[in-house]
Amino acid sequence: MKVIHKLGMLALLLTASAMALASGADVHLDKAPIDLKNTASLQRGAKLFTSRCLACHSASYMRYNRLRDIGMSEDQIKKDLELPEDVKLGSTMQAAMDANSAKLAFGEAPPDLSVIARSRSADWLYTYMRTFYADPGRASGWNNLVFPSVGMPFVLADLQGKQVLRVENKKGHEVKKLVLESPGTMCTAGSSLCVAGYDAAIADLTNYLVFMSDPSKMVRYDLGYIVLGFLFVLFALLYALKKEVWKDLH
Amino acid sequence: MMNLLKNLIGWIDARFPLISTWKAHVSEYYAPKNFNFWYFFGSLALMVLVIQIASGIFLTMNYKPDALFAFASVEYIMRDVQWGWLLRYIHSTGASMFFVVIYLHMFRGLMYGSYRKPRELLWIIGMIIYLALMGEAFMGYLLPWGQMSFWGAQVIVNLFSSVPFIGHDLAILIRGDFVVSDTTLNRFFALHVIAIPLILVLIVVAHLVALHEVGSNNPDGIEIKKHKDANGHPLDGIPFHPYYTVKDGVGAVGFLIIFCAIVFFAPDMGGYFLEYNNFVPANPMKTPEHIAPVWYFTPYYAILRAVPPLFGSQFPGVVAMGVATVIFFFLPWLDRGKVKSIRYRGPIYKTFLALFVVSFVGLGWLGLMPATPTYTLISRILAVVYFAFFLLMPWYTRIDTCKPEPDRVTSK
Repeated sequence: MKVIHKLGMLALLLTASAMALASGADVHLDKAPIDLKNTASLQRGAKLFTSRCLACHSASYMRYNRLRDIGMSEDQIKKDLELPEDVKLGSTMQAAMDANSAKLAFGEAPPDLSVIARSRSADWLYTYMRTFYADPGRASGWNNLVFPSVGMPFVLADLQGKQVLRVENKKGHEVKKLVLESPGTMCTAGSSLCVAGYDAAIADLTNYLVFMSDPSKMVRYDLGYIVLGFLFVLFALLYALKKEVWKDLH
Repeated sequence: MMNLLKNLIGWIDARFPLISTWKAHVSEYYAPKNFNFWYFFGSLALMVLVIQIASGIFLTMNYKPDALFAFASVEYIMRDVQWGWLLRYIHSTGASMFFVVIYLHMFRGLMYGSYRKPRELLWIIGMIIYLALMGEAFMGYLLPWGQMSFWGAQVIVNLFSSVPFIGHDLAILIRGDFVVSDTTLNRFFALHVIAIPLILVLIVVAHLVALHEVGSNNPDGIEIKKHKDANGHPLDGIPFHPYYTVKDGVGAVGFLIIFCAIVFFAPDMGGYFLEYNNFVPANPMKTPEHIAPVWYFTPYYAILRAVPPLFGSQFPGVVAMGVATVIFFFLPWLDRGKVKSIRYRGPIYKTFLALFVVSFVGLGWLGLMPATPTYTLISRILAVVYFAFFLLMPWYTRIDTCKPEPDRVTSK
């Protein structure tokens, strides 16, 4: 009983510190539907990533052949991603645009995206890529809800379409709302949500970014269950041994 | 076969005190029989030290202490080195779990008066280990060369420059440069992988030798050596082996279950063990909005921020932070209680200890938060509580009403 009581105290200490996690974000982030078991989604995400993001961003810690972890064969990697002949499967993902010209074009070099899902969260990325809106005041013509004055132009505008910002006044509160003005190829007119088309594609892309940020996730969880299973058995055996050895004490 | 082994041991024993050392420190080291849950953390700390050294050796084989390559080499370990991710997560989890174990180990000492006579030197050696561990953790945290590595080191080293007269030169001496740079990374690497681990191992051995000289305290806070049998063994003592080797074995595996659950399922522990911002490469030109040290330093960081600057100098806060860590050394002489263990202490000590825990955990939480006026006010109150626990101790432990200690140990 005493031990349980003390474990309870420990748990209390841990939860108290976990509460510190609740950090104040000003914009509501949508929950990204992450599913690393869904290889079809990861592969679609990889395609979108290599065809769009790699134009300016690099993922210089990620090798193309690591995509075998999400079920792609070497042939698939070459063909589906339309890799140029001179790119080897073992090489890391480099941006098509070189860093200097990118810096000149955007004012700041686009960040490497290898571990972006770890520094930003999956939810942040999922929301970010869906909340670009047209802003004539910006040099690029675009602005973003979760990343105000972002340097990146909205390169997926052809897919989502053009959103505009509407600020509504609800009971003294300013509520920012995005409205789809002209839909892109993945959205249908009249709907500002694009759930089936664009949102699903961004979910795939976010899923892929999460995988890429820590590929060990693909084996870590399964291995973790085996390790814990072994430790539980060992714990039971050692506990029995302890009981046996301590039996003669009183 | 058995004969051969016996001969070999005999051969060694004629030239080296093998059997006598084994007996003195393991098979005939008599420990109190009433150890409870809190007595696991000493052996667990030793185990985590071994885990850190073993995983650290393999990380060193692949890590590059170079400002240009450090961040990339950590990602190389995470992706291209066989089982590299496991080594890295074991090491990063081990760093935080080391402090979890050490803080609980120290709290055990506070509860049962383990620092009291004749264990003052044992306690002091333990405190030196704690300080060495803080240095080890601080230098190790620079190595991944992320934004938090860089700016955390920048902030902490800058504290030294607030020391009057010598501060500026002192900070340069530590960094080897005017800012945290490649030079700093190289010297921190040398200190992290050679100097401090060597010292740590040596003082851990000294800690054990001192422990075995005076004997372990126990939850009743009474000396088992007062009652001995005809052979001179304490009546309430049992040989460390096999009794506590098997018991600590259970504790070790219980700990490993928690440890592995973190390593495999939540190695960043929601940003506490691995800070999110540390996955952005160090950029000396870009100060992060919010710089927070890792959780195990935050109680002291909160104390630092709680103290108002004097003539624009942060020095008083730095002194307060230093005193907050060093004040533990004086516990054996601050405590004037008639009994050692919390079981027989009066309500005043119990209240002060509870308040101390609240202040330590509270300051730890506040150290992670941005310094708003409300938080600063709470930090100041908790810092006063923190110091009151130590500074008022000679007074409140003396007037406290204690229960009588039992003659022999009790089992609960």
